[in-house]
Amino acid sequence: MKVNFILNHHEVSYEVSPSEVLLESLRKHHIVSVKRGCDTSTCGVCTVLLNGKPVLSCSVLTASIEGKHVITVDGIPDEIEKIASYFGEEGADQCGFCNAGLALTIYALKNENPHPTDDEIKHYVVGNLCRCSGYQAQFLAIKHYLGGAK
Amino acid sequence: MKVVNQKIPSVDGKGIMMGRPAFTDDLSAPDSLIIKILRSPFAFARIKSIHTEEAQKLKGVELVLTHHDVPRAAFTRAGQGYPEPSPHDKFILDEYVRYVGDEVACVAAVDDETAEKALSLIKVDYEILEPILDFEKAIDHPSVIHPEKDICEMFPIGFEPKRNIAASYHMHINNVDETFASCDVIIDEVFYTQAQAHAMMEPHAVNARLDYQNRLTLYSTTQTPFHVRRILSQTLGIPISKIRVIKPRVGGGFGGKQALHGEMFAALVTWRTKKPSKLVYTRKEVYESTYTRHPMRITMKIGANFDGAIKAIDCHVLSDTGAYGEHALTVFMVTGSKVLPLYNKVESVRFDGQVVYTNHVSAGAFRGYGAIQGNFALESAIDILAEKLKMDPITLRRMNMMKENETSPIFKIMGEGTEGTAMNMDTCKLDACIDQGLDLIGWSKTYPKIQMSPTKVKAVGMAIAMQGSGIPYIDMGAATIKLNDDGFYNLMVGATDIGQGSDTVLAQIAAETLMTTVDKIIVYSSDTDLTPFDTGAYASSTTYISGNAVLKASHQMKDLLIAEAARILDVKPEDIDFDGMMFDADDQKISLKDLSNQITYNHEQKQLTTTASYVGHKSPPPFMAGFCEVEVDIETGEYDITHYVSVVDCGTPLNVKLAQGQIEGAIVQGIGMAKFEDVKYTKKGHLVSNSFVNYRIPTAKDIKKMTTVFVDSYETSGPYGAKSVGEIGIDTPPAAVANAIYHATGVRIHTLPITPEKIILGLKQRKGE
Repeated sequence: MKVNFILNHHEVSYEVSPSEVLLESLRKHHIVSVKRGCDTSTCGVCTVLLNGKPVLSCSVLTASIEGKHVITVDGIPDEIEKIASYFGEEGADQCGFCNAGLALTIYALKNENPHPTDDEIKHYVVGNLCRCSGYQAQFLAIKHYLGGAK
Repeated sequence: MKVVNQKIPSVDGKGIMMGRPAFTDDLSAPDSLIIKILRSPFAFARIKSIHTEEAQKLKGVELVLTHHDVPRAAFTRAGQGYPEPSPHDKFILDEYVRYVGDEVACVAAVDDETAEKALSLIKVDYEILEPILDFEKAIDHPSVIHPEKDICEMFPIGFEPKRNIAASYHMHINNVDETFASCDVIIDEVFYTQAQAHAMMEPHAVNARLDYQNRLTLYSTTQTPFHVRRILSQTLGIPISKIRVIKPRVGGGFGGKQALHGEMFAALVTWRTKKPSKLVYTRKEVYESTYTRHPMRITMKIGANFDGAIKAIDCHVLSDTGAYGEHALTVFMVTGSKVLPLYNKVESVRFDGQVVYTNHVSAGAFRGYGAIQGNFALESAIDILAEKLKMDPITLRRMNMMKENETSPIFKIMGEGTEGTAMNMDTCKLDACIDQGLDLIGWSKTYPKIQMSPTKVKAVGMAIAMQGSGIPYIDMGAATIKLNDDGFYNLMVGATDIGQGSDTVLAQIAAETLMTTVDKIIVYSSDTDLTPFDTGAYASSTTYISGNAVLKASHQMKDLLIAEAARILDVKPEDIDFDGMMFDADDQKISLKDLSNQITYNHEQKQLTTTASYVGHKSPPPFMAGFCEVEVDIETGEYDITHYVSVVDCGTPLNVKLAQGQIEGAIVQGIGMAKFEDVKYTKKGHLVSNSFVNYRIPTAKDIKKMTTVFVDSYETSGPYGAKSVGEIGIDTPPAAVANAIYHATGVRIHTLPITPEKIILGLKQRKGE
């Protein structure tokens, strides 16, 4: 079946099977910034923005997003570069496998709640697992980004 | 120092966050055959017959492999130097399957669905055998997990497969029994540490293709590309010159990728079909069919005098290596060699035990291997001893612990699988680590506990630890530096950046030495065709071993540049002053930029490169003191780690923020092991903890506050004073948390993880309920 949606500000038309999830469709089309980390919708590395909200692309049927907006890190490079700079400052980026998904979640947080409390930040990013950083450097980077982001 | 010991952002962080294709599966050929593995549903079985005809007939199936179709050559998946200290006890595919998830057959098909369908069409008739699922019953069990004749040890490691023993070892210094007889106080305690899963975010993946020279090229999520190349060649009989292994960016390893997992299958499929192929592990496969940490039973007997002098340590270990013996001996030996020297004033020491086979997921390398297990036992035992001596645990440690310029005879006796290397502690700032940690955690205000409310208690606990910096005379790292026109450099290293930031740190070493900036050093790791040899990312070796190689290559490049400048300016090299940009000999000058352009395009053109290698002659241990503050609800046993303080002596931290990230990341993995991470099986040996739902790892919400500090320290044998920092952080949390929980509740936990249930049970036992 054919699905038309807006990927990173441009209309696209994907031929998909009814059971195909968005993660699969994107990676098939070489949008490899979206990663696969688990099989149970629990790790957060496949996060994309669907109509502005962070969702797990492994749990969204591509057939269900007709006409919707999908954003990956490739669609908002300037903003992601800014987030990455704050991560670099804090040494928060280690292997980086989770970072594209996390960056999108952080960007969504800023849009939804520009002045979150510490607990609100942790609550918002709790679904983005990381095994390298120990989270504290990420947390500081997020705080600095939100404080400095205009 | 302008570039090292500074805050420098990682060289790859930005590009990776911005989504550049960088990881193994981002770089697979678009038309790759999909490889799937049929895995054993039984913990121990013999394949009586296997029928693949139906699967092979399925449209889109290119290849089906069973143990009848693959070379039979015993090997070890462990990515270690050759000859390996691990037994060669694994076959690509075998008649026997030894754990739930072991490989039965391999399918390559045009897409996922076809490959899955083909797996379901393979008919296997199993003879189900009695598994060994309790490692304390493994030795001389009626079931023999490795009955096959064609397996071997590469050199004596105490390999007795008929008794289910993968490795065994014994060492002693003087006679512990005699020393114990003269001690005033003896404690004798048994501790259990659990299997832990690595849970790196990127699942294991590999892809293969034949290149235009008909050579086999693999991209792999490996920590050891050169070992992968060697083991593939030895096992598959493909000439090593025909194999190229590329390690792109790797999404975390922690030891779990210091082994071959899917590489053998991708190599075989592509070699036979001549088509590109790929194998990407599902998360379930990562949990079920790769590695865990070795679970252990550790008996720790310590004797001391009333004045607090520790006289003897006797440590006996039983370790569970699971179905295969990867890293069996070396992990086990580290439980002694990187733990017991902490208390070096003893008269006598004994360390011995066995590593046994069971029908569990194979255990393998995991950050801090052996050391975290041993540290939990020793540092818990030291607190137990302190209480028995009615001494302050800090005072007891300070009296007995390793000091600068001291040594331990254990270093010479015990290495990793072989004899060790004698060395003095040229840097050991444990005293300063303890001083600063006491202050930062507010020890004197809280120790041992503060009753916050009738049901809530705050308490503190601590532990000290040591690690190593590479394996002396075994680990080798090499680096090549190439000068380019316009005066920038390529740095090619076999050292394997798996996310820890070694590319950045190595570029910093080169930049500091060549007096330039990190952006002028284009670093590339690692590729068996293009980069010089390196044993790989393990044993806390990259900064110290590979870093020393980079340092040497950089100095050689500097000398070469000055010689070229001297030739061009027609002066003596010793008359030249070089500041990284300009060569200056009194009134004559030439810039690096002009020099590089001239020798590239204009006069006496040549390519300048230098290559240097480094092998360690010792393994200077980093040290640390870890302090934790807990808040315990004594009604439920629930507790929070409200503050973790790490004070670390890693020599000079070459990149302060990345070093901090190594410590904090390791502390949180250690906290996961201390608090809740636990690999669990059903009674029949099926893995229960096979997803992030059933095997939880710490999340952003679990982390309250961490303070990480580096004490002043300079290791003269290390590059710019550095020792290692990759593993040391993981060692202290289990003991520090156990000691804090004891201070809070009076309950001594001997079996990890330290769960609320165990605390409540302990409280009830104390009350006599």
